[in-house]
Amino acid sequence: MIVADSKPLQEILAMVREYKKILIVGCKGCVTVCNVGGAKEVEVLRASLMIDGKKEGSPPDIDTMVIERQCDNEYVETLRDNIDAYDAVLSMACGVGPQFLSEAYPEQKFFPAVNTSFYGGAVAHGIWEERCAGCGTCIIHYFDGLCPVARCAKSLLHGPCGGSADGICEVSKETVCIWDTIVKKKIAQGRIEDLFVLQEPRDWRTARDGGPRRSIRETLAE
Amino acid sequence: MSDLKSGSNLEKVLKAGHFAFTGECGPPRGANVEHFTEKLSHLKGNVDAVNITDNQTAVARMSSLAASHIAIHEGLEPNFQMVCRDRNRLAMISDILGAHALGIRNMLCLSGDHQTFGNCPEAKNVHDIDSMQLIRMVTQMRDEGVFLDGDDIDLPPKLFVGAASNPFADPFEYRVYRLKNKINAGADFIQTQCIYNMEKFREFMKMVVDMGLHEKCYILAGVTPMKNAGMANYMKKFVPGMEIPDALIKRLKGVEKAAQPEEGIRFALEQVEEFKEMEGVAGVHMMAIEWEHKVPEIAERAGMLPRPSV
Ligand code: SF4
Repeated sequence: MIVADSKPLQEILAMVREYKKILIVGCKGCVTVCNVGGAKEVEVLRASLMIDGKKEGSPPDIDTMVIERQCDNEYVETLRDNIDAYDAVLSMACGVGPQFLSEAYPEQKFFPAVNTSFYGGAVAHGIWEERCAGCGTCIIHYFDGLCPVARCAKSLLHGPCGGSADGICEVSKETVCIWDTIVKKKIAQGRIEDLFVLQEPRDWRTARDGGPRRSIRETLAE
Repeated sequence: MSDLKSGSNLEKVLKAGHFAFTGECGPPRGANVEHFTEKLSHLKGNVDAVNITDNQTAVARMSSLAASHIAIHEGLEPNFQMVCRDRNRLAMISDILGAHALGIRNMLCLSGDHQTFGNCPEAKNVHDIDSMQLIRMVTQMRDEGVFLDGDDIDLPPKLFVGAASNPFADPFEYRVYRLKNKINAGADFIQTQCIYNMEKFREFMKMVVDMGLHEKCYILAGVTPMKNAGMANYMKKFVPGMEIPDALIKRLKGVEKAAQPEEGIRFALEQVEEFKEMEGVAGVHMMAIEWEHKVPEIAERAGMLPRPSV
């Protein structure tokens, strides 16, 4: 799923303090799962903005709602009847949400309430980690299902680099050296020869480097 | 001579079977050419080639390409370093062509320290291709005379291509295979990370020799003399991929502060003596970091002078 983190409150305040009537829109997708933009978080943000508004002497008028998915126009449509009643809209979805909203409602002002970070999952309660870089051409079959593009700090295809120590990446004590994991797994399975293949330079056109991407499912797109 | 890959002095020295002795010099953190040429002057005549580092430790400096050219001007043969952190393949190709045009004949392909360690920690890191692919690309440009897309190069760049190897990173048992991969990718020579743990290095070289890798590629053992116990402690704690045995720190601490530099040099000289005899080692890469003025003395005492003229 897409993992996001809350933006610092001060940053959000700087964006919306001047507005009197605000709508906060949460999303029941990934941001609910990673506890950053679901029903609970929407209310917490509302309360925080109210406290600040009271302190400043002019509490804003804030409504909240949580829609099924902000990345789906069908659900984005549900905002249409009331959207003009607000001075500004704060989206608590990943970066996709505010854009779908903004495209659907050109007259309204939209602001992001989270920082969208990566594709990953929870490795422990309250801890999420990156697993995929969305590069558009999956090659993890060479690496036993582990992705060095996303998980090696240098995206090496022939690691580990000279900084790998005790299974930890040179860049951070918190980060596993994924190449150490890959190599050890190959050794344990007696398939070290797999790593003697020289990988061709990658075609990054399928990643963001080729420009914004589009995916067409012929069978579905008339 | 036609079977030479680049005809660099380093290549000729190694090919003739001499025990090579290379040095290292970091470009200045500024445009101060005099400072750089002063450092270089200590290496002149005392090494077969000098590595010109490429934004080492991820700190922005004068470009390794420009500094390599200055080295040629000063009468030294550069070993132009290139890291994969800062350039995509376009920039690499153009710098490789430019390097050849400027008279550079050796190049060292590296991943590069991560940018978060340096003075531009906010920078985007490139890593379009990795060091293994860079080795392949530059040797393919040289040997097949083609770009990545197969188009002909109008006068292919002739470079003697090196790579790094760190026997002290983990997993230890895989390091020799990674070295083998670099040789298969096309590396002509290898310069190792600074060696302090001799026991581990002997073990590593035994694997190298058992696999016959030393016959396919010249391996230069990396040496950085310790200036004092403080430097040893610092490297142990903060430099990724460095292995400093406690015994060495103890040895340095065992002498008075003023005598520690000499003790560090003595250890380095003992290492060089052993490398001269060690099977599979074709030379020494002496990285006297910010200690260039000591190189003439070290080279002399290590019995490396005069350097062969080939
Ligand atoms: S230590 Fe491992 S994960 Fe970190 S940059 Fe090096 S190879 Fe990649």
